[in-house]
Amino acid sequence: MTGTSTHPPLRVRGLRKAYGDVVAVDGLDLEIRAGECFGLLGPNGAGKTTTIEICEGLNTPDGGEVLVLGRQWGRDDRELRERLGISLQETLFSDKLTVAETVRLFRSFYRDGPTPDAVIGMVQLQEKTGSRVGQLSGGQRQRLALACALVGNPELLFLDEPTTGLDPQSRRQLWELIEGYKASGRAILLTTHYMEEAERLCDRVAIVDHGRVIALGTPRELIASLRAEHVLEFAAGDTSPIDERALASLEGVCSAGQRDGTYRLQVSELHRAVPALLGELRRREIQLTELRTHSATLEDVFVTLTGRHLRED
Amino acid sequence: MRTERRRWRSHSLVQLTLVRYREFIREPEAVFWVFVFPILLTAGLGIAFRNQAPERTAVAVVESGEGGVRLAEALRANPDLSVQSLGDSAAREALRTGRVALIAVAAGRGAVEYRFDSERPESRAARLLVDDAVQRGAGRRDPVGVRERQVSEPGSRYVDFVVPGLLGMNIMGSGIWGLGFAIVDARRKKLLKRLIATPMSRTQYLASFLLSRITMLVVEVALLLGFAVLVFGVPLRGSWGMLALICLLSALAFSALGLLLASRAQTVEGVSGLMNLIMLPMWIFSGVFFSASRFPDSLQPFIQALPLTAVIDALRASMLEGASAARLLPELGVIALWLVGSFVLAVRMFRWR
Repeated sequence: MTGTSTHPPLRVRGLRKAYGDVVAVDGLDLEIRAGECFGLLGPNGAGKTTTIEICEGLNTPDGGEVLVLGRQWGRDDRELRERLGISLQETLFSDKLTVAETVRLFRSFYRDGPTPDAVIGMVQLQEKTGSRVGQLSGGQRQRLALACALVGNPELLFLDEPTTGLDPQSRRQLWELIEGYKASGRAILLTTHYMEEAERLCDRVAIVDHGRVIALGTPRELIASLRAEHVLEFAAGDTSPIDERALASLEGVCSAGQRDGTYRLQVSELHRAVPALLGELRRREIQLTELRTHSATLEDVFVTLTGRHLRED
Repeated sequence: MRTERRRWRSHSLVQLTLVRYREFIREPEAVFWVFVFPILLTAGLGIAFRNQAPERTAVAVVESGEGGVRLAEALRANPDLSVQSLGDSAAREALRTGRVALIAVAAGRGAVEYRFDSERPESRAARLLVDDAVQRGAGRRDPVGVRERQVSEPGSRYVDFVVPGLLGMNIMGSGIWGLGFAIVDARRKKLLKRLIATPMSRTQYLASFLLSRITMLVVEVALLLGFAVLVFGVPLRGSWGMLALICLLSALAFSALGLLLASRAQTVEGVSGLMNLIMLPMWIFSGVFFSASRFPDSLQPFIQALPLTAVIDALRASMLEGASAARLLPELGVIALWLVGSFVLAVRMFRWR
């Protein structure tokens, strides 16, 4: 198709959307490059779904500009529908139909694309071809949703929280399928509130909060922006609060914070920071009840930027 | 990637219509209510209201003395009376509980007394029968000779009246329920939203409902009418073409009404309430089980404007009287107005999300 090489798959400028008094999207900018998997990472209610549904042409913005494959919603809808693959956050396909019947139905809407059998093969549901949708597991249903998004051989794929609510094994299986699609070199916009998902699948990530992009980059760049490779968390027995500035000045520690009795230190040199912390606690005669360290993740980027966790659970 | 050749079966309208059949056939309850229930109802009503030999009227005689015996004999001579001889208090009890319609008492010197409640129709009939028997027993001769011939003509029985009513009610129910539930369920599941995210033609989506409705209508009508004609000998005096036209137009009109009711509702419960609210007056007023003309004149303009009234009147006139197209024009006009009005409104109001 013409246009794909000169236009980015998706460009969004100054997007705004409010529902009554609630501002869901507040001046959001995005640009997806050809062949990349782009992630919108943010907590529930950050405006991810509103944003992706506006890009899918299923919702109308109050303001801003959206260019999909160089086209605009409202002018080129029919053509765009042929060229996009969409998986909504929660679609319940008819329980009474089989997998094959469902895929065949969706395939019938598109001019071009692989055969229904080929698509069922792509999402590894061959053994479930004749099963009713009502008998599928959550993971199998999500793979069916992916199949229905792929039947038109899309140039741009939208996945809204493709693994929410799945068990870890089903989630990994879906990731493998999405990675397989990525290998074909076509662009994906996906939303998620799982940082592992964004780290594993996305070439670039926009961290979204309150309808705005608060950080943008590759997962590696975003984590590096913390200037601390590790995170050290500890909790102490019932004592008076420890001064955060004192903790931040310990050797190897970049910054320190406290929330709900758990202290959180960003650490550049773990081997220096741990002995320094233990020495400080012993000096103050404070009892440790919990101590953890992990390599910094996108979650830590989010916590550092907002003071909150992605998932409050 | 290989591109599939587009055979007719992979056409989206065919696929959408196939989905409609599959969802229907795989829902045993729906199959029962649409196909089996109307036949059971026809059978039940046909049997309950079948024309039968009139029952004998039960009366009591209080026998006291010579006069009582002669009175009982005179009454037993009438084959339409079932006569019991009872004591005075037992007879009163039987009259009070409705086991007898009248008590005849020999009042002495050849006179007879009738005790009955003139408010009860069967008591008034019993009064005539008993009096006739008493007078004949005393030697009355009728000055005019009469002959009787029993008549039971197909077309005038209750089953003939009720079959067009049930047919109309069935067309209404499956049209409104069939569309209403399926569309609201798809909206609730966000399936409508998912479908409009594809290049699917929205017109084809709605057309698939009408197409599947029409083919299922053929089965529905054939089953019910076939049963009524074969088992009860219900007449079909009008032309097949006219019958088909009425059924088709009604099915489309009720489907459009179903579409209208489903155009905004977000929950199945919501749309059920709405559908019952719309159908209830028609079940009552449109003359399914008894003639709509029994309602007061002041209600008639409202009743005649209901789509089901027009459908049932047209079906009855065609099936029982063989009415011509010209005579059915008012009814067909009402149905067509409902079809166009509901459809235009439904398309304007319809929410895909």
